[in-house]
Amino acid sequence: MSDSAFGLGRTELHDLYRALCVTRAAEERLELLQKQGHVTGGVYRCLGQEAGAVGAAFALRRRTDGTGDMLCHTIRAAGALFLFGGELIDYFRQYMAKGTGPTRGREANVHWFDFDKGFVGPVSPLGTMIEIMAGMTLSFRLRGEERIGMVFYGDGASSTGAWHEGLNFAAVQRCPMILMVENNQWAFSTPTSKNTRVSSFTEKGPGYGIGAESVDGTDVLAVFDAVRRAANLVRSGEGTRMVELKYFRRRGHAQHDPQDYVDPAEIRKWEKKDPLDLYRARLLEKEWASEAELVAIEQDAFDSCRVAAEEAIGEPYPDGPDAVTDVYTDVSTPHPWTRADSPDPTLA
Amino acid sequence: MDREIPEHLLKTKNGEPVTMLEAISEALFEEMTRDDSVFLLGEDIGVYGGAFKVTRDFLTHFGENRVIDTPIAEGGFTGAAAGAAHMGLRPVVEIQFMDFISPAYDVITNYIATSNYRGAGPMPLVIRGPVGGGNRGGPFHSQNVEMAFFHTPGLKIVYPSTAKDAKGLLKASIRDENPVIFEEHKGLYRAPALREVLPDDDYVIPLGKARTVREGTDLTIVTYGAMVHKSVEAAETLESEDGVSVEIIDLRTLLPLDEDAIVESVKKTNKLLVVHEDTRTGGIAGEIAIRVSEKAFEWLDGPILRVTAIDAPVPYSGSLEDYFLPQTGDVVNAARYLAAY
Ligand SMILES: Cc1ncc(C[n+]2csc(CCOP(=O)(O)OP(=O)(O)O)c2C)c(N)n1
Ligand SMILES: [Mg+2]
Repeated sequence: MSDSAFGLGRTELHDLYRALCVTRAAEERLELLQKQGHVTGGVYRCLGQEAGAVGAAFALRRRTDGTGDMLCHTIRAAGALFLFGGELIDYFRQYMAKGTGPTRGREANVHWFDFDKGFVGPVSPLGTMIEIMAGMTLSFRLRGEERIGMVFYGDGASSTGAWHEGLNFAAVQRCPMILMVENNQWAFSTPTSKNTRVSSFTEKGPGYGIGAESVDGTDVLAVFDAVRRAANLVRSGEGTRMVELKYFRRRGHAQHDPQDYVDPAEIRKWEKKDPLDLYRARLLEKEWASEAELVAIEQDAFDSCRVAAEEAIGEPYPDGPDAVTDVYTDVSTPHPWTRADSPDPTLA
Repeated sequence: MDREIPEHLLKTKNGEPVTMLEAISEALFEEMTRDDSVFLLGEDIGVYGGAFKVTRDFLTHFGENRVIDTPIAEGGFTGAAAGAAHMGLRPVVEIQFMDFISPAYDVITNYIATSNYRGAGPMPLVIRGPVGGGNRGGPFHSQNVEMAFFHTPGLKIVYPSTAKDAKGLLKASIRDENPVIFEEHKGLYRAPALREVLPDDDYVIPLGKARTVREGTDLTIVTYGAMVHKSVEAAETLESEDGVSVEIIDLRTLLPLDEDAIVESVKKTNKLLVVHEDTRTGGIAGEIAIRVSEKAFEWLDGPILRVTAIDAPVPYSGSLEDYFLPQTGDVVNAARYLAAY
């Protein structure tokens, strides 16, 4: 557990705690919404992994005018999305498939985009976003911009061809990109040992000719420190790097998965390494925050999630006929002529 | 291995009805029992029994040499399956969601499909997995993949609509010497209406043969998969409300296509409506229309029409997805238009 504040001031230390609490509160709210029948599709928790996404994203340059660093998050890195300015209400709208959400009901959960704020949500096929981030950061290098990119993927995704091809391309082209490996020891029901023979992803770094480091993913300050160092190197022209987050997926793959293939003792062991509990204790012990300040942050996280969720619940779903728009920028897609309510009832 | 057969795989033996999913499990289980060279590869198919539980308890019964949990590498393990097929094994590959077959597109189309033609020998390999919309799965858990492969000579493509067909067609696919892409509609997996008691013998349904679901005289609907059931619903409405008699052909195998069955039916009813859940442009309706034009043009008394999904990615939200997918009402409206033509 890190003793130093790594040069962070009180406000920043509190901001880190706030981001952890918001992530936790948002997912707990989501579970409640799902039980109430408001959620379309699955709920994928990052319980126990919050510090990895939060610590990493905190080390990047976050702007709102399209000049900052870029992020490709995953469903287990919602904390990074929030730090990059992803709004809670949009998060709930997405999970509820509302027409008011950023993808207007076309896409699910954290799969959304804001190029000004600097985040590009993933597609489901694993590995793809490494290729995409390689290209985004290639453009930074080609244009001489001081920006870098960060792409998250789980341990399992490392088996895909796209992961390898994208990372190799980035390494060769010295793309200013950090790959965050979320090693939570499981890929759905498959243990990491069945996705790779290496015991740490840092062993893969040399195979690509890139620097790699492993960090305790439950320690938000340690993650912040490791990623800030990596970011400095990447930004100063070293090219691509990898940072492995070591932690544990404490819930099933999604809510439908009872995780009965995991040894319960192992889950209990990791409960003792809860990133929020650990950081909270550290903040108090080092007198970086008072109990009252922490309670206020926790209450605020809870309240903002409740308010955002309630607002989203009241909003409308998309209109069916909106399904035909935006397939192209310039070519329109016909409505089904066979629909009684078709706006375009010609034989198409 | 000599172990007791898990209860849930004995339903047919016990004369109990099965869902389509259970029928598929039985087919795999019986083929693996019958032929030691049949083995399974896929993500989370072992301890977990597959994302949809098709291979539940297979690992304990057959052991990990025959039920292989793979890394998340569809291209890699499909290619490895092809290598095993060269050496005399009969791999059955599960793609967790068929949307994720795309990384294997290269090895399937360039290597597997061309193997026999290149003189590298037959390729007894089945690639199976869940497809189809209606489950609010969004753009990457809802696609139908048949037309990405339909254009590739050397492949067979099977898409069952009933429990009985699924079992018999899967057995035939595993015994086939050619590579087969086998699509299983998620909406049919556990549909209560599809539960049926299956014959308890080792029956096989030949590939390439369509099935007449319903005889009729006024128009023919050619369809497959989940749309068979929506078409039957539509036909019942047309019969009772309009007195229109609809014949329905379930293709069962898309490649090779049972052209004779289609042409024969069109010669009888003189009108053709093709219904598919896949998107419109480049859908199988186009191929069927040209074949009918070639073989039965003089018998047609109306335009060949189609009811399909719209040309867009599969949207996530319920209202959008319902609008995107072809519905029973669309089939009724199109058939009415055609019947009156
Ligand atoms: C190419 C591809 N194949 C299969 C899947 C289905 N799938 C979704 S998540 C997942 C497991 C991912 O494990 P990991 O990368 O370790 O991420 P985690 O869920 O542990 O965060 C699988 C197999 C997919 N999304 N993409
Ligand atoms: Mg994982």
